[in-house]
Amino acid sequence: MELLIRNGFVFDPINGVNGEKMDIAVKDGKIVDKVNESRAKTIDATGMVVMPGGVDIHSHIAGGKVNAGRLLRPEDHFKDVERKTAVTRSGVGYSIPSTFTTGYRYARMGWTTVMDPAMPPLEAKHTHEELSDTPIIDKASYPLLGDWWFVLEYLRDGKIEECARHVAWMIKATKGYAIKVVNPGGLEAWGYGRNVESLDDPVPCFGITPREIIRGLCKVNKLLHLPHTIHLHTNNLGKPGNYLTALETMRCVEDLAENGKPVIHITHCQFCAFKGDDWRTFQSGAEEIANYVNAHSHVTLDMGQVIFTDTTTMTADGPFQYTLYTLTGNKWTNHDVETETSAGIVPFHYKRKSYVHATQWSIGLELALLIKDPWKIMMTTDHPNGGPFTAYPRIIAWLMSRKAREATLRKINPKARSRSLLPSISRELDFYEIAIVTRAGQAKALGLKNKGHLGVGADADIAIYNFNPETMDPAKNYRAVRRAFKRAAYTIKGGQVVVKDGEVLKHMDGATMWLDVQLCEPCEIELNENLKRRFKEYWTVEFENYPVSEDYLAVSHPIPVKADV
Amino acid sequence: MPVVKAVSCPVCGSLCDDIELTIENGEVVKVKNGCAMCEAKFLSHRSEHRIRKPLIRKDGEFVETTLEEAIRRTAEILAEANYPVLYGWSNTSCEAISVGIELAEEVGGVIDNTAVVCHGPSLLSVQDMGIPSCTLGQIRHRADLIIYWGCDPWSAHPRHIERYTAFAEGRFEKSAWRGYMAKIRSLIGLKKIRSAAKRLVLKEPSEIEARLKPTFVPSIAREGRKLIVVDVRRTKTAEMADFFIQVEPGKDYELLQALRALVRDQELEVDHVAGVPVEYLEEVVDAMVSCDFGALFFGLGLTMGGAKLRNIDAALSLIRDLNMRTKFVIMPMRGHFNVTGANMVFTWQTGYPYAVDFSLGYPRYNPGETSVVDVLLRGESDAALVVASDPVSSFPRKAAEHLARNPLIYVGPHMDVTAQVADVVIPSAFVGIEAPGTAYRMDHVPIPLKKVVDPPEGVLPDEEILRRILSEVRKIKREKTKAEAA
Ligand code: SF4
Ligand SMILES: [Zn+2]
Repeated sequence: MELLIRNGFVFDPINGVNGEKMDIAVKDGKIVDKVNESRAKTIDATGMVVMPGGVDIHSHIAGGKVNAGRLLRPEDHFKDVERKTAVTRSGVGYSIPSTFTTGYRYARMGWTTVMDPAMPPLEAKHTHEELSDTPIIDKASYPLLGDWWFVLEYLRDGKIEECARHVAWMIKATKGYAIKVVNPGGLEAWGYGRNVESLDDPVPCFGITPREIIRGLCKVNKLLHLPHTIHLHTNNLGKPGNYLTALETMRCVEDLAENGKPVIHITHCQFCAFKGDDWRTFQSGAEEIANYVNAHSHVTLDMGQVIFTDTTTMTADGPFQYTLYTLTGNKWTNHDVETETSAGIVPFHYKRKSYVHATQWSIGLELALLIKDPWKIMMTTDHPNGGPFTAYPRIIAWLMSRKAREATLRKINPKARSRSLLPSISRELDFYEIAIVTRAGQAKALGLKNKGHLGVGADADIAIYNFNPETMDPAKNYRAVRRAFKRAAYTIKGGQVVVKDGEVLKHMDGATMWLDVQLCEPCEIELNENLKRRFKEYWTVEFENYPVSEDYLAVSHPIPVKADV
Repeated sequence: MPVVKAVSCPVCGSLCDDIELTIENGEVVKVKNGCAMCEAKFLSHRSEHRIRKPLIRKDGEFVETTLEEAIRRTAEILAEANYPVLYGWSNTSCEAISVGIELAEEVGGVIDNTAVVCHGPSLLSVQDMGIPSCTLGQIRHRADLIIYWGCDPWSAHPRHIERYTAFAEGRFEKSAWRGYMAKIRSLIGLKKIRSAAKRLVLKEPSEIEARLKPTFVPSIAREGRKLIVVDVRRTKTAEMADFFIQVEPGKDYELLQALRALVRDQELEVDHVAGVPVEYLEEVVDAMVSCDFGALFFGLGLTMGGAKLRNIDAALSLIRDLNMRTKFVIMPMRGHFNVTGANMVFTWQTGYPYAVDFSLGYPRYNPGETSVVDVLLRGESDAALVVASDPVSSFPRKAAEHLARNPLIYVGPHMDVTAQVADVVIPSAFVGIEAPGTAYRMDHVPIPLKKVVDPPEGVLPDEEILRRILSEVRKIKREKTKAEAA
């Protein structure tokens, strides 16, 4: 099938295209130089913004924890339902939508690639079953490896290469995409209801520190040549004063950087940019984090923006979720996973009038605006932790328009308003920068070669938004920006028009990407033997029942990676 | 003779996946590692009661028919119905359940699984409060205190204790088998100090922990696991327990509230609660608050006994309280091997674990109204599809009667009571023996099921049968739209 998108204002930062009026040609699911104009279906994008399909580097959309959240919150679904149509399945929202609804809602906004950031390896099949039931979008998932006993033991013993081989096995076995680390050491400690408090607090019973885990896995990541860096949820997340932990974490891998390339991704940074000794003296630490990031090139971040709404927090950080439960007294689900990780879920309402919540809202935006290089900071809500992903159009409006920020500032807690840095920030992102923070930068950080851009050979994942940057100023017309991003004029996925005017036209499977990490041959056999021997000691399932077979992936998209071990 | 290893057992929610089967002439002849229930299932799946041919009722009598005919008739019944119910799902694969939900959505019916008659109340409580839990291996590695409440794993989940709890060998906790033999009950050293300290300065647990931290070693070095059983009668499991609490029937709620009070260091004004001396309860609570990692498993004895929903609310509250003092988890003992998987797939596709009504074109959930037993009691359904379940023998009589009055389709391997009163019977393969798939263990761990032998000739897996029904329903609907247009 051939497709020609005519005359749109194209924003394609990876190829340096900044709002030029041009045509985009598509053939067989890929971007091509040109197509046969008489045969191709044409889309007239005159007066519209054309961008690569959106890419989300961190959004909890599938797996045991997400599903436990859905089960926990029928009240979340009652008010937000999706009817079955001639082409789409029915479902429910709001903060934890059912799988079909998740795929459609991303597609409606012009997003086509989403990374689920927290897969417990033992339950990886569950994650993949849900991802396969999430239509249209391409996706991948990061196995949680920072508290896996094998990692703790090998790193403690200084066996980096052994560790790397086992991590490679695990990524393949779980059909994963990156190394996810959550509160390193803290999750193992949570096994006995404890936590770690600093980078140098030893993990009970394992004789290793969070610092050693982070550094070790950074090295492992390099040995394996993984396309993304390690993806880290810091220690002390959600605690006042934790911006110091975040700074120390970034500093602790400074020396591992080479050629100015990133070696660590600090995720949902808003949640670890808290200053103050307690909730009373709580303040934004965004400036300090931004200053550090502006002076260094080895880190990337995503925002974890807070939205004023009722949502559901869910992380692998068991002790953090427990604290949240004791703070709120809300419902609380906990799910520790043997030998590997934990998880917690607590419903949460971010209120405009709360000093802390309003300050959190401000921190996310401060980070995005104070960090000068948009390639270093990506737009997320840590869905659904800061709020559901469906709030992205609002965040885009806040980033593009000072007026939009002021309108919200007027409504928030007065103390939070008076302390917020936002009134002093005049920066307003343009469409080029928005394209970076919502797709190009994310694809680049993930090492996704065919995503996030519109160059020849890229996947034909394209979003067209009904906003004319020639005649309208997004800073002034921020409501129009919001409307445009809420319902894409067109979403094209793999060369097929899947959404028109915000309506889903097609139910189709997206692909699941995973890393086929290839080790040097002889060690593979040895590795399997070693694992087989120890398997029964560590887990309650058999070795051969553990890996996720490709049958679990509706569309399997392996990406070969050649490791150095 | 070929031996197949690492087979998962499609019987109970423990889903042991270490079964070894010897296959001869396309039949299982030997079962290794399984319990008696497991052996019986693998060895007898070819038994007499097996249905081999599709059946259709004509003039009150079953006549054999072709699969195509049976599927066509099924699709007609479902497509014509205004409010069909689709029930069962706990003894089949997640893949089949997924097709079942699509079918329910297509025909605008109610889909429900067997949780509605077992752990339904538990799920409602979880939706009210949440549930602190974990995978079974976590308990195997760490739990030094195990409680079974209103369940008898020794009989109903025979390998649960040996694989996952008291008699399992973990990293930090060794099997209590020896301890059980010797019945050593004494508490020693650090434990006493810890629990005393905790009771003295209740408000500042962090402070005690800070003081104990440098010396913290898990119980491995100190003592074996403890087993507590709470039940109305002295079960096999109770025989092994360090503490057995024989609760008066229907008094679980009182007992739970008493334990909560004791955990919160409140004094009880009475000598006995639910027939149990308070002194004994105090001893039990001491063990609970002073353990490093406790796990409470509960069964239908708690879920269905006395105060039902309030029982589980109270149990969850007790565990929340205990987490202020130490680490504690709780888990329902799920019966059918994939009832958990049914709840899972329902939830990710519709948002709700059971009792989902599609009659308005989107998932609606209101147990008590949209649950299948209630739909039947109100006499509202006008057709029914039952998959791998026997509701006619397990539902309340009035509900079963209405079900039998409906045009009824049965998909499953056995000629059970539901099959006998059905209008269409489609034989299906045994999932986990004759068909592959996925099931979820009671702790939410997905476990692959194997196909080890072929099904009888012409017999298909549930998943395939349901797919064919679905496409036939769609065909009928298309024909109908066309006819109307013409
Ligand atoms: S305990 Fe349950 S799952 Fe395990 S072998 Fe026995 S019946 Fe099968
Ligand atoms: Zn997250």
